[in-house]
Amino acid sequence: MTDIVSVRDLRKSYEDGFEALKNVNLDIKEGEILALLGPNGAGKTTLISTICGITLATSGSISVGGYDTVNEFRAARALIGLVPQEVNLEPFETVINTVRFTRGLFGKPADDAYIDKILDQLSLSDKKNAKIMMLSGGMKRRVLIAKALSHEPRVLFLDEPTAGVDVELRKDMWDVVSGLKESGVTIILTTHYIEEAEAIADRIGVISKGEILLVQDKSELMAQMGKKELRIELSDPITDIPAELQDYGLALADAGQTLTYTYDTRGSRTGIRTLLNDLSEAGLQMADLQTQQSSLEDIFVGLVKETT
Amino acid sequence: MNFTAVAAIYRFEMARFFRTIAQSLFSPVLSTSLYFVVFGAAIGGRIQEVEGVSYGAFIVPGLIMLSIMTQATSNASLGIYFPKFIGTIYELLSAPVNFLEITAGYVGAAATKALFIGIVILATAYLFVDIQIAHPIAMVAFLLMTCFSFALLGFIIGIWAGSFEQLQLIPLLVITPLVFLGGSFYSITMLPPIWQTVTLFNPVVYLISGFRWAFFGTSDVSIGVSLFAVFLFMSACLTAIWWIFRTGWRIRQ
Repeated sequence: MTDIVSVRDLRKSYEDGFEALKNVNLDIKEGEILALLGPNGAGKTTLISTICGITLATSGSISVGGYDTVNEFRAARALIGLVPQEVNLEPFETVINTVRFTRGLFGKPADDAYIDKILDQLSLSDKKNAKIMMLSGGMKRRVLIAKALSHEPRVLFLDEPTAGVDVELRKDMWDVVSGLKESGVTIILTTHYIEEAEAIADRIGVISKGEILLVQDKSELMAQMGKKELRIELSDPITDIPAELQDYGLALADAGQTLTYTYDTRGSRTGIRTLLNDLSEAGLQMADLQTQQSSLEDIFVGLVKETT
Repeated sequence: MNFTAVAAIYRFEMARFFRTIAQSLFSPVLSTSLYFVVFGAAIGGRIQEVEGVSYGAFIVPGLIMLSIMTQATSNASLGIYFPKFIGTIYELLSAPVNFLEITAGYVGAAATKALFIGIVILATAYLFVDIQIAHPIAMVAFLLMTCFSFALLGFIIGIWAGSFEQLQLIPLLVITPLVFLGGSFYSITMLPPIWQTVTLFNPVVYLISGFRWAFFGTSDVSIGVSLFAVFLFMSACLTAIWWIFRTGWRIRQ
């Protein structure tokens, strides 16, 4: 896969000295879904705004589809669609007219058949002549996506597309995003919902305090850093871990009712079998067993903590 | 040049005008009629003629100028301030358009709206007084130039303004006084000599004088000076806008 967006040594500092982006390097592959994960104020929106031309970089360079975003801004920006974090829409206009407006603004000739198709994909067809102020919050977000897609972009930036959106709509949004990926659009989304990145991204970038901490395949990231836990529920609570089980690094929880064993899924021997044998030899009765994969959330919290 | 984008902005802005067409046209017509009643009938009855023209007719060019200047300014300033206020400005900044195209779209639409209003006021004036237009082409030219240059000024105000109060500030504190003192309702030859000199520092004088010359063939200052003043004003506004977009002042961080 070739890189469609390439960010080199990007810095952004404000007049008051605040450094929003510190030497960011990022390559985005054509056709992928990249999730930029980071806490509030990490620089996610600044990074996207700088790529899209809303914010001016202090230094560094960005190219989109091989075009420099400053010197060849027309060619570069024509490839980009942006769905902003805030629901910014002209309240008194109709849905169809605001979408037409964006298409025109990006220099594309009017094509109502294409716009109808997008509105249909986003389940907005029956609202197309409604004024935006009459729409619900979720519908407004869809309008923002329709606008961003109106000029047939190859790269779509979604800045917190599901912030403040109910669970059902969030799932809908994920469906829309995977539908777009299938049509060949490269998608970059920012989020602070880890489950969102986990659910739809191909690769995950973690950003904190203006720095990209890592960018990795989701599955690789989870495999590398993911630990599995085996939770053993005992029939009768114990006060101390028996001496013969000391080597397993077990943790006792729930007032002596639960033993937790942490192991590495990539290891050739997980040690579960011997542990279970030793448990029965120690005379402990098991009521239940449960395994748990550590989530991206745990990985993420670990990473961000390391840097603070 | 991305003409499609200019047309898109222009159409979008004009749609706003046509959504509120009744208010857009009714209020200037009403206020102009009131001016005619007050200045034309009540006061004008006591003033026989100014420079060989009946007072009622004499104030027509000034009234049109008053309306198109304020309308061009407020339409253009609101046109660009509103996207800033509601946040849709992100679209303009991330679109493949340059400053010239954005300006052309907004200023073009604001100037068109002001022009509509100017024409409607002229038509209303015909109901009250007899007017002959001595130089129709020059009249149209002055009308267009005034609409555009004040729309440019309004555009700058809209970019500068950080609140709706500031949006009203310049039109109220600067433009309205300059227009009233710029000879809308009187000839500057009616002033004492010292004030005649002071008045010449008011740029609006040149616009109104030139416009009135197009109607009646008489003017306070020579028509060449008027034309030069309009061009100077327009270039100053264009330079300011070029600088704003180059530096990203109040728009791009």
